Amino acid sequence: MRLKHKDLLGLEYLDGEEINLILETARPFKELFTRSVKKVPPLRGKTVVLLFYEPSTRTRTSFELAAKRLSADVLNISAVTSSVAKGESLIDTAKTLEAMKADFVVIRHSMAGAPQILARTISASIINAGDGTHEHPTQGLLDMFTIWEKKGKLSGLKVAIIGDILHSRVARSNIWGLNKMGAKVYVVGPATLMPPKIEDMGVKVYYDLDEIIDELDVINILRIQIERQKENLFPSLREYNEIFGITDERLKRAKTDLLVMHPGPMNRGIEISSSVADSSRSVITEQVTNGIAVRMAVLYLLAGGDSQGVRK
Amino acid sequence: MASRKKKVIMDGKEISWTIKRMAHEIVEKSYGIKDLVIVGIQTRGVHLAKRIAREIESIEKKGVPVGALDITLYRDDVDSIAHQPLVKETRIPFDITNKKVVLVDDVLFAGRTVRAALDELIDFGRPKVIKLAVLIDRGLRELPIQPDFVGKIYPTSRKELVCVNLKEVDGEDSVVLREER
Repeated sequence: MRLKHKDLLGLEYLDGEEINLILETARPFKELFTRSVKKVPPLRGKTVVLLFYEPSTRTRTSFELAAKRLSADVLNISAVTSSVAKGESLIDTAKTLEAMKADFVVIRHSMAGAPQILARTISASIINAGDGTHEHPTQGLLDMFTIWEKKGKLSGLKVAIIGDILHSRVARSNIWGLNKMGAKVYVVGPATLMPPKIEDMGVKVYYDLDEIIDELDVINILRIQIERQKENLFPSLREYNEIFGITDERLKRAKTDLLVMHPGPMNRGIEISSSVADSSRSVITEQVTNGIAVRMAVLYLLAGGDSQGVRK
Repeated sequence: MASRKKKVIMDGKEISWTIKRMAHEIVEKSYGIKDLVIVGIQTRGVHLAKRIAREIESIEKKGVPVGALDITLYRDDVDSIAHQPLVKETRIPFDITNKKVVLVDDVLFAGRTVRAALDELIDFGRPKVIKLAVLIDRGLRELPIQPDFVGKIYPTSRKELVCVNLKEVDGEDSVVLREER
């Protein structure tokens, strides 16, 4: 078993077997966190570049820890403090990193498709850490790992993704991945935050969570991107909270073993109430731990290329 | 790799007597079971470790802790093999610092697995002593590593394969010599 590409650009491009391999591999990596020495040697001598054109704390530190726990050397480049601010193009930055013999480039960029451009340009393994509203594959994988670990399976589970589907790369990666693993995916949110033709991705669309809440096994609550308020896609945060906010009241009819997930950072009191976020159903902090294990699995598996680093 | 069965080196009975004898030797050389822990190397080493522990329990009327070690992440050939080997579970639910650790594997060959296991074990703590127990020593060492407890010494050539089958994984107990075709 192996991954078929040198890069991880999106869950759209993986098959069910590859996703399964990543999840299976993440499990022993998670076990490492219970040891006193949490570092293992497989990526010794390899260089991982974290190239972030958008602000990120959670994903960047998660990748950094994952790489360091595999004994790789980590280089952080953020757009504001680098030559990117001086006008260097993405391709020129990439070529510079290649000249420095980077083995992995983890990229976050506001443009969908930026990781694809890198993957075509340089021989290092490219990992997409979020590109525009396209995909955020490691978030999708860690969400699936969390569900799989708690429920023992993915196939047949009913998972709802709730909130701003239109702008969410997390939603897209989850939909691609969960569908490939045989789960049933629902998207729930206001019509103005629902992308047109989203049904074509193999999901069912609901505008009212109450219609399906009693059937669901998992709810994945997306962050309301407050910075998008000025686009007037919904009248007010208060109204959003009234209609779509997840509260104890709304979960009254849900299964007792419903899993509550959120990719973070949370807006408590808007898309999720504090009591739900801190309830026993919530696995939000565990998602953070799992994120490191899943990213270690991805780095480890991608490192298994031939000497050219390229694999067809 | 295509291979041809050449010979049965050990049958089920012999394996069971051997494990009993090794258990006695371990107790003798460790002067009892105080501070003794057994750690098997995935996959067959773990099952052998459990069997040895059961024998020790029936001799001493007291159990010894058993752990499982997966050495995949400590291999020295990650760059040269075609793709990443699957990582299995490591589970050492006890502190090994100041313990007498008996490391168990099925076949001792180049010694590279044991080198990886030693590096990994030391990341878990600082044992008082680490001893090595193997069911078969087939020779052809590439590193200066020797076993302390051996089931059977069976010199082989590089063209031969030694396959240890255990009921827990393979449905039967046997050690078979095979030859590459």
